[in-house]
Parts: sequence; C-alpha cells; structure tokens
Amino acid sequence: MGAYDFDHAIDIAWCPGCGDFRILTSVKDALDELELDPRTVVFVSGIGQAAKTPQYLNAHYFNGLHGRTLPPATAIKASNPGLVVIAQSGDGDTYGEGGNHFMHAIRRNPDITNIVHNNMVYALTKGQASPTTRQGFVTPVQVHGVTQEPFNPVAVAIALDASFVARAFAGDTRQTTDIIKKAITHKGYALVDIFQPCVTYNKVNTYGWFKQNTYTLDDSYDPTDREAAFRKATEPGKFPLGVIYIKTGKPTFEDGLSLYRQDARPLYQRTVDMETLRGLVDSLRT
Amino acid sequence: MVFKPREDISIVFSGQAGQGLQTLEALLTRMLKRSGYNVFSYSEYMSRIRGGNNSTQVRVSSRRVTAYTRRIDLFVPLHENAMERFHDRITQETVILGDRDFIEERYLDGHHPVLEVPINEIAREKGGAVYANTVLLGILAGLFYVDSDLMHNEIRMILSGLGEDRLRKNLDASDEGYERSKKLLKPGQAAVSIERTAEVRDEILTDGINAVGLGGLAGGCTFVSSYPMSPSTGVLVFFTKKAESSGVVVEQTEDEISAVNMAIGSWYAGGRALVTTSGGGYALMVEGLSLAGCIESPLVIHLGQRPGPATGLPTRTEQADLQFALYSGHGEFSRAILAPGTHEQGFSHTRHAFYLADKYQVPVFILTDQFFLERRYNLPDLDMSKMYDQRFIVQTRADYRRYALTESGISPRGIPGFGEGRVRVDSDEHDEDGFITEDFSTRTAMVNKRLKKLSGLQKEVLAPQLFGPDDYRNLVVCWGSSLHAVQEGLDMLGRDDTAILHYSQVYPLAEVTADYLERAHRKIVVESNATAQFARLIRSETGIGFDGAILKYSGLPLMPEDVCEGLNEKLGKKESTHGRV
Repeated sequence: MGAYDFDHAIDIAWCPGCGDFRILTSVKDALDELELDPRTVVFVSGIGQAAKTPQYLNAHYFNGLHGRTLPPATAIKASNPGLVVIAQSGDGDTYGEGGNHFMHAIRRNPDITNIVHNNMVYALTKGQASPTTRQGFVTPVQVHGVTQEPFNPVAVAIALDASFVARAFAGDTRQTTDIIKKAITHKGYALVDIFQPCVTYNKVNTYGWFKQNTYTLDDSYDPTDREAAFRKATEPGKFPLGVIYIKTGKPTFEDGLSLYRQDARPLYQRTVDMETLRGLVDSLRT
Repeated sequence: MVFKPREDISIVFSGQAGQGLQTLEALLTRMLKRSGYNVFSYSEYMSRIRGGNNSTQVRVSSRRVTAYTRRIDLFVPLHENAMERFHDRITQETVILGDRDFIEERYLDGHHPVLEVPINEIAREKGGAVYANTVLLGILAGLFYVDSDLMHNEIRMILSGLGEDRLRKNLDASDEGYERSKKLLKPGQAAVSIERTAEVRDEILTDGINAVGLGGLAGGCTFVSSYPMSPSTGVLVFFTKKAESSGVVVEQTEDEISAVNMAIGSWYAGGRALVTTSGGGYALMVEGLSLAGCIESPLVIHLGQRPGPATGLPTRTEQADLQFALYSGHGEFSRAILAPGTHEQGFSHTRHAFYLADKYQVPVFILTDQFFLERRYNLPDLDMSKMYDQRFIVQTRADYRRYALTESGISPRGIPGFGEGRVRVDSDEHDEDGFITEDFSTRTAMVNKRLKKLSGLQKEVLAPQLFGPDDYRNLVVCWGSSLHAVQEGLDMLGRDDTAILHYSQVYPLAEVTADYLERAHRKIVVESNATAQFARLIRSETGIGFDGAILKYSGLPLMPEDVCEGLNEKLGKKESTHGRV
C-alpha cells in the first residue's frame, strides 16, 4: 500500500475501463516514487470526471468550481510555498471554461503541476464536444459533426513560453508516471496533457486509436529548443509523447513576491505588525 | 469680509481632466489642516483622461465637515466653459475668483462678487502655465492666513519629485500668489472668519481608500487579488504599496473570476484574503461567492459601489448594490454585509470583516461607494485598541474532519501543511470529511450547518447608531456613506423632534430595528438609490414599512440640501405636542 492509498475501500464514480483509473495510478506512483509527504501535497481540481481524481487518493484537496482550477492552485502555492500543488482537471475544465486562466497561469508561472485529462469529449454532461474534440466528431449537440479547429494546448503553451510542457498517454502508465515526476520536480508551471480514452462517450479516440496515433520522443530530441518544440506541437500526423518543451531559469510567481524576500514564513504564520501599522496611520497626520 | 461670515467656506475648483486638480486638492487640504482648519474634499469627475469638466470641492471649517454640499462660497474656474455646469449652484453670494477669460459675462453684471486675478499670466511669468495651480494655492494660503513657511513645506513634501529647478519655480509661483492675495482685500478687510484649532494640525487626514486599506492590514490581511475597476482600484493600489513592508501577496488578476477564486484558495492555504471590486466586477465573482458559501471559506469582499446597470457612470457614486450583495450567489448560505459610514468605521469595520469571515467561515462584504472612498477629511484617530489577534486556524490531528458537525455550525478550520490531518474542501455537496456525497440526510445536515452560522453572526451584529433625541417623533434611517449628508441636512432643518438611525452593518439586520421603528411617528429612509433598497430589506425582515423615502441616484453624492428639502417636505410642520421645549 502506498502513502496515498486509503486503508479502506472507496466508491469510484468512473466507468469500468476509464482512462482515469490509469492516470490515478500514475499520479499515486509518481508521488510515492518521489517520496512526497502527503501532509504537504495539495490537489486542486474543478468539475468533471477528471476533477474527481483527488477524491480517490489520500491527500489534501480543494475541489472548486468548473474551469477555476488554476487560480486557487496559484494562490495556494503563493500563500504557502512549502506545499506541493497539483492542479488536475479535464480538457473542458482547463481549456474551455478555464481558458483564460490557462493562458495567464502560464504567464504567471507558479511552481505548480497542471495535469489535464484530455479525452476529447465532455463525459460528465453526456458526450458533447470539448475544445479538443477532433473535427467531424458527432455529438448530441454537434449533430453534423464538430466543425471547429481543435484547441492545441501544447502549441499554445509553447507559444506562451511555458516553463514545462509534456504530453502523455494514459494507456502507458509507466511513461505517464515518469512524465508526472518530471513535471512535479520541475520548478515552475508544468503542463502535462494526458490523452485519456473515454470508453463511454468517445468511441473514436479509443485506446487503440491513441496507440496508433502517438509515438514517443526519443533521447535525441532537445526539449529546450523552442522552435523544434513548436514544430513537434503542430506537426500533422501522429502526436509526440514525452517532455516537449522546457524553458529553464524562468522565475516563478512566488519568486516575484516581495514579501518572501526578507521573510520566508508562509502566510498562516504571520501576525499583524503593530509597529508598521501604527507608523502607516501616523503618516497620515503630517 | 470677502465672504459672508460663516463657520465654513465651500470652495469649488472647476477644471479639466489633466489640469492637476488632484495635486491641488492634496496640497490645499494638507496645508489647511496643518494650519488648524477642519477640511473636507471631494472631486466629481468624468470618465476620461483629458478634457471634459471636473470639479473639486474643498470645505474649510471651524467644526468638522464631512458632507458634500451644494453651496459654493468661492468658485474658481480654471478653463473656458468651467462655469457651465454650475449655473444652478453659483448664487449672488458666491465669490468668483480667477482669470477674467474664464469668468462668464453673466457673472460680470455687478451683482456677483468677483475677484479677478490673472493666474495664468502670473504662472507664465514664473516659468509656464503649469505653475497656475501653485499661484492659486498661494492666493488661497493668503486668504486663509496660512503661514508661508508652512505653505512652502507642503509644496516641498508633495512636489519633491519634480527636481530642484521646478520645485523652486513652484515656490516662487506660490509666493507671488500669496502676495497677490493681499491686494484682493481692502485695507483692514478680513477674508474669512473661520476659527482654527491647534489639535486639528496633528489629526489624520484620510480618504476612504486608506481607511479601508489600513483596516485590512489591522484585520491581518495577507493576500489581495483583484482586477482594476473604479472606484475600488484605490484599495488594490494601497495594498500594492504596502505589499513588502506589511507582508501582503498582491496580484492583479486576468479577471474578477480569477481574483475571487485566488482569494478563496489563499484562505484555504492559511492566507487572509480580500478582493476589491465594483458592481460589474463583483457580478463576475458571484459564482465564487457561492463557492465560499459551500466550502465554508472565509472571504472578505470590498464592494465599492458605482451607478449601474452595466458600465453605468464609472466615476460616480451610488448605493444601489445592497440587494445585489445580499441576494447574489446561487444556493443558500450565511453572509454578513458591513457598510461603514465614517472613515473611522472604514478602518474598524474592514478589520471586523476579517474577524467575522475567519470566525464564521463565511463571505463578508464591506459595502462602500465612490463618494465614501474618495472623500477626504480630518479625524482625531483610528481606533487600534480592538485588534484582530484571534487565530481561528487549528492544527489538525490525523482524524481531522473539515466539516465536523457542531452546535454552532462552525467546524474547526484546518489548513494543509499544519498538522497531521487531510483538509478536503469540495464545491459538491460533501460529508463531514469533505468527500462528495449524495446522501440526503447529510445534505440536509450540511444546509442546516451553513445556515446556522447566521444566528452567530446575528449575535455579533454592529448595532445601528442613534443620533438625536431618544424621544424622537420622527426617525430618519440611513446606511453607509449617507450618514454625514443626513446629519448636516437635519442640522440645517433645525428640528429637535427628529432623530437619525444610521446602520453600518446592514445584514444580518440588527434585532433592535423593530423597536426603533415602532417608537417613531413618522419614518423616513434616505438612500442613494432609486428603489429604497434598505427600506425593502427592513420591511422583509421586520414587516415594517416607511412613510417616505428621500432617494438620490443622479450619480452625485447625497447632499445636506437634498436631505433638508426632502425632510421639510415629508415631515411638514413640527407638532407642538412634542414634549421638548
């Protein structure tokens, strides 16, 4: 039993065979292998099936609103930089409802890991298109098939010069675990977009489809080359898996917070500085 | 005497955006206060960066003045057409001071007192048109018997960033204005008859922005996330300036949705967070408010009201978001709404908001408005005796349950990283551990838990303040920033059978409300909105209605004259049966 397993049986709301089970395993394995103390690991999620993941491992969690995963995750890290913060949600939550936060979290660069279950469909609401749904995909709402260009999170993240961008496939648990470990240990915002088969509402992008349409980047690939990374992110045909882009040496959001320069204590350990306050009040007298 | 003998003089400067009215306001109010006058100032301005017409009122007085008055004793036009918007406020008692070019013909009819001073010509002689405001400052310093050394000191303090040459020119310009002021008076003639008080010199001179900001620091605020929106931005800027010295994380977010979700995230991790916004921005935060209600997160929302709907009048004032603050957020949960009326309350109530939010784990509003935030006046002190030093965070044990059911509805609040337990919060309905549940009896228990906290909040309600006779016949009810206009308006009316009941906490409604209202023969409400929102709240809570309402929603602040005229009309003649002589 790992540090993040419960000592009792839990009721999981996912369909049998769902890719989310594989991701849950990879996340728990990554945390165990990194020997991270559960007292210091916080999960933040939104709404959707992916967003339920934190319910199923023994850690702190903040399960907030749909699309609003990244703002609280950023604030939690900024309020107590000693915590390990993992924002985990689905493609609809992160790229649709939360699209604005996705862009600005990358710009802000908090030292958090952002795991996105990308199943190319809205499952919890029964099968509508998500921002990443492939063109032509027929749904109860997009009855003539999706016409819009799918959102490319990897390319967008590289365009915004994100500090860490990776893609994994839930079917390959070992590789996914390794990528998550790299993302957690990376200092700065780290995106891990994970292809996740939805066995109920996506009969097109199945385990087999993902296997056929992905390949793993080999050791000769240099993830620090931004132009090469952008080419990888946008090339037609099969999707590359692995760490696609790393921007090293980028200051984090917390690095830029002036209050930690002199005093590293997290916010909860601080009290009102009466002398400073009195000084501020008295400065209004002159 | 140049002016009618008065205890207070209302000066109005009328200029264009970009003419430096704000600097003039800051310099003049500081200088006059430092020489012992009570001062008040407020600017009404258009939502534009250059041009248009803006005005600043500065009141100089023997006694404390805190309201914006319609009366103008001294009018200073600073550009062509500067008088156009003030025809209805300039009377034959208004002294007009300034450049001949800026004074309309109609006021040169011999019936209006005019003091012509070629301010711009003097400024040009002293180095350029930019020195016009310091020439004017010098003239006013002379008319109000300000010591010239004191004037120089204030100019040095405020304009120190200009460099030695321009500072020198400003000082020269002010000296020239000071000299010219003497020539405006006939030999032996005095300009004003306002008494000065030594104690005033060392008093605090502040606007509402600083009062709210300092109250936040006193409340232990350590995190501010917001998106700029008039008139609430000043509070964001306040915290930005204090971020390093006072230990506050300050972030300008991509939108208000992010702002409120960050604030809630910070509370979860042990921060004490505030968002500052106005109506439209708050509208975007509403789902976040409901989140705070569901996960029982403390949250402090500074809602600086301005006229809506939609973009409305961005730089103007109104009190029309009370019902919005009260009913916003889907689902049912507890909240508190504070509405400071004075700057002392701006400070103490913001501090109190952090206490209430932290203790009850609920959202607490500080409901201000543009007038409250931007008006400035002197006051003796801010009360720092009741400091927020209680910690409501607990160190968790391994068996910690975030939503443990208790008698009061309040569960001990743990945070991640402090203790052995796991802290789980969930926007889905949850059980005592914070796990998602669809168990109906748990759901019912959790709703009851969240609503039960209202009775605790009710016990700690800040009581309304009664001003005037206990045995009043008429009662005038107001809330938030309307207090001073109502007080001064009633003074003008001079009725001793009428009292004022001012609320600085509007929700939960104080239980004494019904007692106060039932004792009144006539009940009048005064609010800066069109639908008497507070009266509706009182009626829904007590079943008691009002006999009349004085409502203002033009975008300008409520003025004492509005209240005086409104009460005069609504109260009629004073009853001779009243016991007082």
